[in-house]
Amino acid sequence: MPKMNLSHFEAAFLFSVFTSVVMGIVTKNNDRDRLHYGVYTFACFMLALFGLGWVMYLGHG
Amino acid sequence: MAVKEKEEKPPMAPMGTWAPAVALGWLIPGGGHFLLKRTGRGVLLLVAITSMFVCGLMMRGAMFQPQTGDMLTTLINVGGFIGDVAGGILYLLTVWLGYSQVDMAGHVHDYGTKFLVMAGLLNILAMVDAFEIAAGRKE
Repeated sequence: MPKMNLSHFEAAFLFSVFTSVVMGIVTKNNDRDRLHYGVYTFACFMLALFGLGWVMYLGHG
Repeated sequence: MAVKEKEEKPPMAPMGTWAPAVALGWLIPGGGHFLLKRTGRGVLLLVAITSMFVCGLMMRGAMFQPQTGDMLTTLINVGGFIGDVAGGILYLLTVWLGYSQVDMAGHVHDYGTKFLVMAGLLNILAMVDAFEIAAGRKE
């Protein structure tokens, strides 16, 4: 099996994509709400990813 | 004085209506949705969960063994093992075909281990969704 070498960002990005898809599907009752919730979840992941990234960068000095 | 009325829970659907969907949903990610004729959602679940699991394997993530000891060790290892097993056929094939890795140091391996467990946990969510559809609580 080929080996996959990802950076922290790439791994977190993939994690966000897959998790958002499933969260969107299982949480809501119609396709429109599912799409909205999936996109919203993904946006929250990205916000947390960049936010925590900046916090760690600035906190590191 | 206002009397609080207890919310009445809907009666539990007979096991025969939801058990096959939940069992197939465990074995094949999205399988419960296929059985219940929710093909589009089943395909998305199958692709998302399988991709996550395969990415975890390609990152050389480790499979947990159900070790016990102090509370934290038990929680991590038994919880991780349950997450791995929830991957269904993906977990079984990985163990049977010898793709299960030993735990190694490094951030990529660590992410891989989390991907494998998370794929199983997402499959549990898909199984719960299949249960709710089969029991008539959700469309």
